[in-house]
Amino acid sequence: MRFVFRTAYGQDLGLFRDGVQRNWYVLLLLGLIVLPKLVPEYLVDLSLVFIYGLCGLSLMVLAGYTGLVSLGHAAFLGVGAYAHVYFTQTLGLPWVVSVALAAALTAGAGILVGLPALRMTGVYLTIATLAFALIIQEVFARWEHVTGGLKGRAVDKAVVFGVHLGGDVAFYFLCLACLIGGLWLTANLLRTPTGRAWVAIRDSEIAAQSMGVNLAVYKTIAFAYSAALMGVAGALFAHHVGFLAPDIFSVLLSIQLLLMVVVGGLGSLHGGVFGAIFVALLPVAIAQARDAVPAGVGRLVGVLGKGAGDAAFAATDRFVKQPGLEPGIFGLILVLFILFEPLGIYGRWLKIKLFFSTFPLYKHATFRRQKAYMRSERLR
Amino acid sequence: MTFFAAENLEINFGGIKALDGVSFTVEQGQVFTIIGPNGAGKTTIFNLISRIYDPTGGRLVFAGEDVTRVPPHEIARRGIARTFQNIELFEHATVLQNLLLGRHAHRGSRFLQELFFLPGVRRQELAHREKVEAVIDFLDLQTHRDSLIANLPYGVRKVVEMARALCTEPKLLLLDEPSSGLSVEETEGMAFWIQDIRTLLGITVLMVEHNMSLVGTVSDRVLALNYGRPIALGTAREVQEHPDVIKAYLGG
Repeated sequence: MRFVFRTAYGQDLGLFRDGVQRNWYVLLLLGLIVLPKLVPEYLVDLSLVFIYGLCGLSLMVLAGYTGLVSLGHAAFLGVGAYAHVYFTQTLGLPWVVSVALAAALTAGAGILVGLPALRMTGVYLTIATLAFALIIQEVFARWEHVTGGLKGRAVDKAVVFGVHLGGDVAFYFLCLACLIGGLWLTANLLRTPTGRAWVAIRDSEIAAQSMGVNLAVYKTIAFAYSAALMGVAGALFAHHVGFLAPDIFSVLLSIQLLLMVVVGGLGSLHGGVFGAIFVALLPVAIAQARDAVPAGVGRLVGVLGKGAGDAAFAATDRFVKQPGLEPGIFGLILVLFILFEPLGIYGRWLKIKLFFSTFPLYKHATFRRQKAYMRSERLR
Repeated sequence: MTFFAAENLEINFGGIKALDGVSFTVEQGQVFTIIGPNGAGKTTIFNLISRIYDPTGGRLVFAGEDVTRVPPHEIARRGIARTFQNIELFEHATVLQNLLLGRHAHRGSRFLQELFFLPGVRRQELAHREKVEAVIDFLDLQTHRDSLIANLPYGVRKVVEMARALCTEPKLLLLDEPSSGLSVEETEGMAFWIQDIRTLLGITVLMVEHNMSLVGTVSDRVLALNYGRPIALGTAREVQEHPDVIKAYLGG
C-alpha cells in the first residue's frame, strides 16, 4: 500500500497523485506512440478507440458526473460530423476553425436540449433526449443541400494546417492528440468549482442549491460542454467513416455510447476510456472469433471422427454467421456488467489494484455498498 | 436593524395550512430554537428560508433586506447556510470535496479560466482549501479528510454536514435536528460545537431540535409551534413549562 506524504495543499491540485503515477502515464503515452509500429493492421480500430474515448468523456461528464442520462448523444455526434464536413468541404474553412465551429454549434444544440432538462429529471429527460435524436436524424435525411440526404456525403481526408493527414498513422496521432486534449480540459473542470458543482447536482440537488449552486446554469453548462466534446468527436468520426449517411447516427449508436460509460464505470474519466476501448474493440474481437471459433470447434470435435468434426464446424459456423450476433453479445455483456460489476471495468481495476497492494489483507467488504440512510423527502 | 425576522409566514399545501401566521425575530449572536411535535411545520420554516418553497404569505427579512423572493442559490451568498434533517451530503465524494463545495458561493473563477486551469484558478483553489482546512481543524475532522461519505458513520456525517455549512462562511446557520440519530455522547459533543460556533465564530444559529436537554443547554430563545401556529416563545424553561406546550406534546 502506498501512502502519499503531502506537505502542501498544492499537491492535491495536481492532475496526478504523485510522481510515480505521472511516470506511469508518461510510459503509457510512450507506448501509444510506438504502438502504430507494432500493430499497423489495427490502426483504424485504434483511432476509433480514441474517438469513442472523446464520446466516453462527453457522456461521462453528463451521465457519470452530473447524473443526467442522455440517449441522444449520437445526434450530437452527427451534428458535429455534418457541421465539420459542411464547413470544410462546402465553405472551405481551415480544419481547426471548422472543428472549433462544429464544437460551438453542437454546444449550442446541447444548450437547446439542456433547457428542457432544467425541468425534467431521470427517465423523462432520457426520453426527451431520445426524441431529440430521432428528430435530428430526420433532419439529416431531409436537409439535402447540407447533408446530402439519404444519398449520404463523402468525406475528404483531414488537412490540418495545410498538412495532408491522409495516412492512417497521421490520423491515429490526430485522434490521440484530441483525446488527450479532451482529457486535460475535463480533468481541469473536475478539479475546480464547476466539476464539484456537477457532482453535487448528481448526489443531491437540494443540498447543491442550498450551498449556492445555480442548478439551471450548471446543468446547461454540463449539456453544452458534453455536446461540444461530442462535436469534436463527430468531426474526427466523419474522417474515420469517410462517408456520412443519416442511418449511422441511429438510436442504436446512442445506446452503444451509453453502454460505454456503464461498462467502463460511471463517475470516473478512466471509465469513459476503458468503455471506449471495450466498445471499439469488441466488434474486432467478434470478427476474429467468427473465423477462429468454428474451425477450433471443428478440430476439437474432430477428435471423435471426421464426420462429427465437419458437422460441428458447420453448425458453429452457421451460428456465428447469424445476423444480430453482435448486438446480442453487446446486450449480454451489458446485463452481466450491471448484475455482477456495477462499478464497471474501472471498478474491477480498482479492486484488483487494491487486492495486490494490500495483498494478504484484502477485505471483500471494502467495496460493498454500505447501508443507505434515509434521505430527506425529495422536495421536487 | 433586525438581524433576521420572519413576519406572518404562511404556506398552504393544497388545503393544509402548514404554517399560519408565524412571526419571530432572531437577534445577532443568539441561538434560537424552534420546537414542536411532528408535523408542526418546523422544517417547513427552514425550507421557506432556504427558498425551496414559496410562501403563500408573509415576509422574510435578513440583514435589513427582504429575502422572500431571492432565488434559492442566492441565499448562501447572502450568508445563510443550512443542514438537513436526514443528511444531504454528496455521497460519492470525499469529505474534502464536500467541504470545498461549501465554498461554491465564494467562487471567483469563470468557466473558461477553469477549463484551462489558469494560474488564478490555482491561487483561488488554494485559498479555498485554507478556509476549508480551518473548518476541518475547528470540528476535528482531520482523520476523515479523504474518506468517502458513503464509508462514514452517521454521527460523523452529521458533523461533516455542519462543517460544509460552515465553509460557506454564514452569518446565520440553520441546523435541522442536529442531534437526531446521535448517541448521548455525540449529542453532548454537538452541544459543545453549537456553543463554539456561537461564541468562537460569532455565527447566529437557528435550530430545529427535539432533544430538550440539548435545547436547554444551548438556546437563548425557544419558539414552540403546533399545527403551524406559534404557541409559546421565551427561554427554554419558560416554554417547557408553558401549559399549551405541555398540552401539545401530551394531548388532553
